[in-house]
Amino acid sequence: MKVTGNYRLHKNYCLLKLTSDENLPEMFPGQFVEVRVENSPTTFLRRPISVNYVDKSKNELWLLIQLVGDGTRKMSEFRLGEIVNIMLPLGNGFTMPSKEQKNKKLLLIGGGVGTAPMLYLGACLKEAGFEPTFLLGARSKDDVLQLNEFQEFGTVYITTEDGSLGEKGYVTDHTILKEVCFDQIYTCGPKPMMMAVARYARAKAISCEVSLENMMACGLGACLCCVEKNKEGHNVCVCTEGPVFNIENLSWQS
Amino acid sequence: MAELNVNIGNLPLKNPVMTASGTFGYGIEYADFMDISRLGGIFVKGTTIQPREGNDYPRMAETPSGMLNAVGLQNKGADYFAEHIYPKIKDIDTNMIVNVSGSSIETYVECAEKIAELDRIPAIELNISCPNVKQGGMAFGVTACGAGEVVKAVRKVYPKTLIVKLSPNVTDIAEIAKAVEAEGADSVSLINTMLGMAIDAEKRKPILSTITGGLSGPCVKPIALRMVWQTYQAVKIPIIGLGGISNWKDAVEFMLAGASAIQIGTYNFVDPTVSIKVIDGLNDYCDRHGFKSVKELTGALNI
Ligand SMILES: Cc1cc2nc3c(=O)[nH]c(=O)nc-3n(C[C@H](O)[C@H](O)[C@H](O)COP(=O)(O)OP(=O)(O)OC[C@H]3O[C@@H](n4cnc5c(N)ncnc54)[C@H](O)[C@@H]3O)c2cc1C
Ligand SMILES: Cc1cc2nc3c(=O)[nH]c(=O)nc-3n(C[C@H](O)[C@H](O)[C@H](O)COP(=O)(O)O)c2cc1C
Ligand code: FES
Repeated sequence: MKVTGNYRLHKNYCLLKLTSDENLPEMFPGQFVEVRVENSPTTFLRRPISVNYVDKSKNELWLLIQLVGDGTRKMSEFRLGEIVNIMLPLGNGFTMPSKEQKNKKLLLIGGGVGTAPMLYLGACLKEAGFEPTFLLGARSKDDVLQLNEFQEFGTVYITTEDGSLGEKGYVTDHTILKEVCFDQIYTCGPKPMMMAVARYARAKAISCEVSLENMMACGLGACLCCVEKNKEGHNVCVCTEGPVFNIENLSWQS
Repeated sequence: MAELNVNIGNLPLKNPVMTASGTFGYGIEYADFMDISRLGGIFVKGTTIQPREGNDYPRMAETPSGMLNAVGLQNKGADYFAEHIYPKIKDIDTNMIVNVSGSSIETYVECAEKIAELDRIPAIELNISCPNVKQGGMAFGVTACGAGEVVKAVRKVYPKTLIVKLSPNVTDIAEIAKAVEAEGADSVSLINTMLGMAIDAEKRKPILSTITGGLSGPCVKPIALRMVWQTYQAVKIPIIGLGGISNWKDAVEFMLAGASAIQIGTYNFVDPTVSIKVIDGLNDYCDRHGFKSVKELTGALNI
C-alpha cells in the first residue's frame, strides 16, 4: 500500500494514512493489519496494528501508532509515496448491535493507543444510526488523540492520570459510569485497564467486548504464539479467534 | 525450465521447497496468499496422540533476525486431526506430511500408527527435537542411543516414508543421523530450533513463560548449513535442510551443502509468499547455471 499521509501527533504517536490501487477490502472495526517494517535491523517480524479508520471515499486506511520501539519508530518515518507491505484485514471485529436495538446505550472505552480501534467502531456505529458514547483514558492531555474525530461520532468523556484534561484518574473512576447505565461496553487498551473495565461490566451485568493485543508472530493462526486462555481454560489464538472477545469467553474474568 | 522434481526415499516431490512444521499451520491458513499446491510439501503442526495445551503465554520473543518460541506442541491430538482436520486437507495437491511427537516411545508409536491409517498422508516427520516440552521430545534426539530407539520402534509400525527431524542442540549431529539411518529412517530433516533465552532487562524477568525457548530464523542459518554439510558427509539417506531460509539463495546453499530438499519456517511469518519465490528462484538459478535438474545441486559444492 502507498503512504498518503504520515502525521506526528505530539511526541510519541503518529497517524499513518495509506491507500491502494485496488479497492480496499471491507474492514470491520476491531480488525487489524500486519505491517512489514523494512530497513529496521531489529524489526524482524511484522507489526500488528488495529484499523483506526477507513475513509471509503478516498480508499484510505488509517493507522494510529504509538512509538514504543524500533518498529513503530520506523513506521513514523515512512515517507509519502513509499510502498509498505501490509497484510489485511485480519482477525474478527466487534459485534455490531442489530438495527432493532437503536436505543441501546453503547459505551466505547479506549485507553492509551487502545483508542485506535474505537474511532472506526464509533464511526461505523454512528453510520448505522447509533449514538455511541466514548470514554477515553490517557496519561496526560498530550496523550489524548484524535479528539476532534471522536467528537464527530458521539459524546466524548475523558480521564487523564494527571488531571490535565477531563476527570483525574482511570477510566473506571469516571463519574459517567455512575450516572448512566450502559447496555453494551466495547474496550481496548492496556490489559490492566481492560480487566478493570471487565470487572465493572460484570458487576453491573453489562455485556462487554475487549480487544486484546497479545504478541503475535504470524497473525494467521499458524504459529500459536498469541494465545489467551478461554473460559474452559484452553489456549485460543488471539489473531484468528479474536482479537475481540466477549469477556464471558475469557478465563481472566472468572 | 529446469526439472524441479526430487525424491525423498520413495516419496516424489514436485519441487524441493516445503514449509516447516509449526510455522505454516495446516497449510489452509496460507491459502488466501498463495497457491499452496505449488509447494513440494507441507509439514503440518506437531501432532501428539493426546491433546496438548502447550505452554503458557508469553510464548515468543523476537530477536534482531529471528525469534524464540515456546509453543510447546499445542495441538488437539491425533484423533481430532484424523476426524476434523484431515478431511479438510487431504485433497490439497501436494504432500501433506504430519510432524509426529511424543513423550515416550509408546506415544510416538501410537501416534505414528494412527497417522499411518490416513491414506493421503504419505510420510511422517518424527520430531525428536522439540526443545519446548519437558518430557520426551528433545530428550530422545540428543543421544544417538535414544534417537535410534524411537526410530526403531516407529519403523516397525510405519511403512510409509519416515523422516526424522534432528536437534541442533547436540555436540555431533552426524552421529545421531547415522544412528537413525541405521534404524531404517528414510530421510533426516535438520535443524529444529536451537535452545536460547531472552530477558527483559527493565523488568529483570525472562520474556518466555518457560524461560528458555527455541531460536529460529535467519540468525540460525550458518549453523544449520554447517550441520547439513556435516550430516551429508555421514549418511546416504536424503537430507531435508532447514533453519533460517528466507530466499532462493539460501535454498541453493542448503542444497549445495548436501540437502535434497528444503523447508521454510519462520520466514513465512515475514512473507507468507516466500516459498513460491524460492521455487521460482531455484528454477532461475538452475537455468542460469545450466543445471537440467535441481537434483544436480545436492552436494555440488566446489571445494
Ligand atoms: C491486534 C493488535 C493490535 C494492535 N494495535 C495497535 C495500534 O493500533 N496502535 C499501536 O500503536 N499499537 C498497536 N498494537 C501494539 C503494537 O503491535 C506494538 O506496540 C508494536 O508491535 C511494537 O513494535 P516496536 O518494534 O515499536 O516495539 P518493540 O521493540 O517490539 O517493543 C517495545 C516495547 O513494547 C512492548 N510490546 C511490543 N509488542 C507489544 C504488544 N503486542 N503488546 C504490548 N506490548 C508490546 C515490548 O514488550 C517492549 O517493551 C497492537 C497489537 C496487537 C496484537
Ligand atoms: C512458532 C514455531 C513453532 C514450531 N513448531 C514446531 C513443531 O511443532 N514441530 C517441529 O518439528 N518443529 C517446530 N518448529 C521448528 C521449525 O519447524 C523449524 O525446524 C525451525 O523453526 C527452523 O527453521 P526456520 O529457521 O526456517 O524457522 C517450530 C518453529 C516455530 C518458530
Ligand atoms: S500470531 Fe500466529 S497464531 Fe496468532
